[in-house]
Amino acid sequence: MTGYRKLDRWLVVLAALHGIIACGGFFAPYDPVEQDREHAYARPMRLHLVDRQGNLHLRPFFYPLRPSEASVDQYDEDMGRLISLRFFTSGASYKLLGFLPVRLHLFRADGARIYLLGSDGYGRDQLSRILYGGQVSLLAGLLGAGITLSIGLGIGAVAGYYGGWRDDVLMRLAELFLALPWLYLLFALRAFLPLAVSPLDAFLLIVVVIATVGWARPARLVRGVVLSAKERDFVRAARGFGASDSYVFRRHVLPETASVLLTQAAILVPQYVLAEMTLSFLGLGVPEPVASWGNLLANLQQYSVLMSYWWMYLPALAVTPFFMGYLGLAAALQERADSRKMGSWSQEAIG
Amino acid sequence: MRNHRTNSRRGLRLVRIVLVLAGAVSIIAAAHSQQEAPREDLLALSGEPGRAGGRLVVSLRAEPKTLNPVLALDAPSREVISAMQADLVHINRSTQLTEPALAKSWDVSSDGLEYTLRLRQGLRFSDGEPVDADDVVFTFRVYLDESLHSPQRDLLIVGGKPIAVRKVDAYTLAFRLAQPYSVGERVFDSLAILPRHLLEKPYQEGKLAQTGSLSAPVSQWAGLGPFRVKEYVAGQRLILERNPFYWKRDTNGYRLPYLDELVFLFVPSADAQVLRFESGETDMISRLSAENFSILSRQQQSYTMLDAGPGLEYNFLFFNLNDLGEKSGPEMATKQKWFREVKFRQAVSAAVDREAIVRLVYQKRGTALWGPVTPGNRRWADAAIAHPERSLEQARGLLRELGFKWTNQASGESVLLDPDGKPVEFSILTSSSNADRTKMATLIQDDLKQLGMRVQVVPLEFRSLLDRITQTKQYDACLLGLVSFDADPNSDLNVWLSRGATHLWNPQQAHPATSWEAEIDRLLDAQLTATSYGQRKKLYDRVQEILAANQPMIFLASPDILVGAKKVIGNFHPAVLEPYVLWNVEQLYRRTGEEKARK
Repeated sequence: MTGYRKLDRWLVVLAALHGIIACGGFFAPYDPVEQDREHAYARPMRLHLVDRQGNLHLRPFFYPLRPSEASVDQYDEDMGRLISLRFFTSGASYKLLGFLPVRLHLFRADGARIYLLGSDGYGRDQLSRILYGGQVSLLAGLLGAGITLSIGLGIGAVAGYYGGWRDDVLMRLAELFLALPWLYLLFALRAFLPLAVSPLDAFLLIVVVIATVGWARPARLVRGVVLSAKERDFVRAARGFGASDSYVFRRHVLPETASVLLTQAAILVPQYVLAEMTLSFLGLGVPEPVASWGNLLANLQQYSVLMSYWWMYLPALAVTPFFMGYLGLAAALQERADSRKMGSWSQEAIG
Repeated sequence: MRNHRTNSRRGLRLVRIVLVLAGAVSIIAAAHSQQEAPREDLLALSGEPGRAGGRLVVSLRAEPKTLNPVLALDAPSREVISAMQADLVHINRSTQLTEPALAKSWDVSSDGLEYTLRLRQGLRFSDGEPVDADDVVFTFRVYLDESLHSPQRDLLIVGGKPIAVRKVDAYTLAFRLAQPYSVGERVFDSLAILPRHLLEKPYQEGKLAQTGSLSAPVSQWAGLGPFRVKEYVAGQRLILERNPFYWKRDTNGYRLPYLDELVFLFVPSADAQVLRFESGETDMISRLSAENFSILSRQQQSYTMLDAGPGLEYNFLFFNLNDLGEKSGPEMATKQKWFREVKFRQAVSAAVDREAIVRLVYQKRGTALWGPVTPGNRRWADAAIAHPERSLEQARGLLRELGFKWTNQASGESVLLDPDGKPVEFSILTSSSNADRTKMATLIQDDLKQLGMRVQVVPLEFRSLLDRITQTKQYDACLLGLVSFDADPNSDLNVWLSRGATHLWNPQQAHPATSWEAEIDRLLDAQLTATSYGQRKKLYDRVQEILAANQPMIFLASPDILVGAKKVIGNFHPAVLEPYVLWNVEQLYRRTGEEKARK
């Protein structure tokens, strides 16, 4: 019982997190590639409710930044101006969920830009970039995991169900893929492609490479499950009644693999998000100016950024709840699978 | 027994006396021979007298490829060699003017064709062997040898003929030119005088190119610079020691250099160099990025951080204007049609926000550029070149004149179409190891987006980038920077001459591809033989104006020379010419007081 409750809790957390990223355009105040060259490396700005005179304001407000005379990347709050946030107003157009053109934003400010999480070296809003970057990174992870699991399921099921030479060939192939150094493979692939790759092509390339390289492990797991499932008594009985291969497969074998696939999915998604981040960090992912979590962290390769602008670490912080969510989900799924097995064993024992 | 012992004692005493006598004789002999040899003619340097001793540690971004000055091409080799070798006439990196060096004085004949140089007398190489005119004659034979492909050789060919060297006497040399040479005595700068006694044999055996490797025994090489090799540890460091025969002294008569050792650590990345400097492992740092400079500037108490002002580096964007012929596909042909239009290039130039580059990339420690000569080059920059403000209006106007149009896409994005209706898209290559240039390209990408151009920035590893530009010529546009090694226009000849190897947008042309390139060739050839500064300046100004008008390179910005040193280093006077901090290495010294205070 507790297993289910835990599972539900993690599912709710993950759904909420993904919802925020999917509706990133609504939460992000600005276009993620828009440069504000007057405010490069602005530190995160503070929201106030009480002004300098001690008056309480109902709307949160902020003081806009003006460049400090001392240094180029230092800014002072311009106390003379007080800009209130406006909520649920229309602003720059964006596509909700990738296709619905919408102008509604959670908040915006008129007269000056607000950087709740600071800005990067081009004056681009860090909050907007984390939200939009999450769309790229998470989509790469989800798509990649989806493709991997489909390939893994197909190959694992064929190998496990039919056995014999098919099993041998497919499993040796799987071992070969497990041994591939995929990072170097990607370097090599990138060298063959034309020089300038559009962001979309680069994204698809990453997804395809991550997915095709990772199918071996789920395939082996699925094969194991199918091997044991096809020898179960009820499967034999179904066969004895004259059920066809495809019927037995659909009705009895596939459902057995569901829990393995789900657990694998919960492990693979964060792993693939991390893979996308690694590639973008190394400059092999989606090109500038498109944001992805790896691109955002790539700024930290410079010593000066590392030392001077702590808010450039924030993308790493944003990633953490997602990973925790997925790992919690995987653990809950595992727990549930175990408890089920226990249940079925006890039933068998009673029976 | 006893007798025997006294005898042997007496014998010992005898030996001792003989030894003492022999010593006295040899001292007298040495004094005598010194009287015979000419008095050492040391050059006295003005400037603050320092304290002798100690070592100076600096980092070098790569291992020098060679210590052979005839063949050295890469910057790390040149930097090390400049501390180990000396030239006849030297350009003072601080004043940018020539000064006597190994040559004590020189005369020019009235027709400008013959230079007579008088060497300092009594000088010695770092292995103690004397220097005379034969070494100089040998040196020029080596530099002019075609089979060695010395990078300096081109500079010694005047009017198609090599400079002829004649020994007048043991300390006087005559150099004859085929026609007047505008460079004048500057030609002798950085031509290291080679030790004939060590190199003549390998030269005659055709093995000179193999000498001067870092791993060779120390005794195989000698120079006239302030330091000589002591120890080399592959992949880690090169230690130079004081040359006891160096030919400069300070105002107190002390023979320079002050330092006992000069250590080069091989530290490949700029960030790692900053870390080494911060941790106190290295004493000086140069070529700092503005961001790293401001980090170090926050700790002013232990370092002197200096902005030496604009240097001679110019960064620019250029398009592929090579004649690709059949090789290129139709897509490249379309792109090149745009790139060849002067107005297209002018439009790009008008749209670039140079002020933002200086502010965001160089944190205001740099200068926007509209021509190739930076304000750091005081004598040659053309003040008449216009500095137009950024104007998208003007850029759009220029594109409209060429028949380009705009169309609005469903996404609200405005896309620029060429007269044939094709969208304008191209990529800009940059070096992935240079964060500054990648940042410039990203800014330009956004600038050009406002014109409706779709630009992709492609950071590439530097070697494959050079390969694409000079060999395969498969690229659209590229963002690069060059550093003139001297303020004189002739140091950049191979960039501006259409036959030059560094004529990046279309290198090594058999015939100038355009009329303006032909005119630049003509002007540069004319200034080579012009004799007065005024005449040359006029010709070179014209070159700068043609370049600014035709924009084969869209000049962007020049960074300031940013350097730092520990406060214990005395005589720290950085220059805007390479080597920025080590140009006066013989005068650098360590102060004691502060060193103690630090500990």
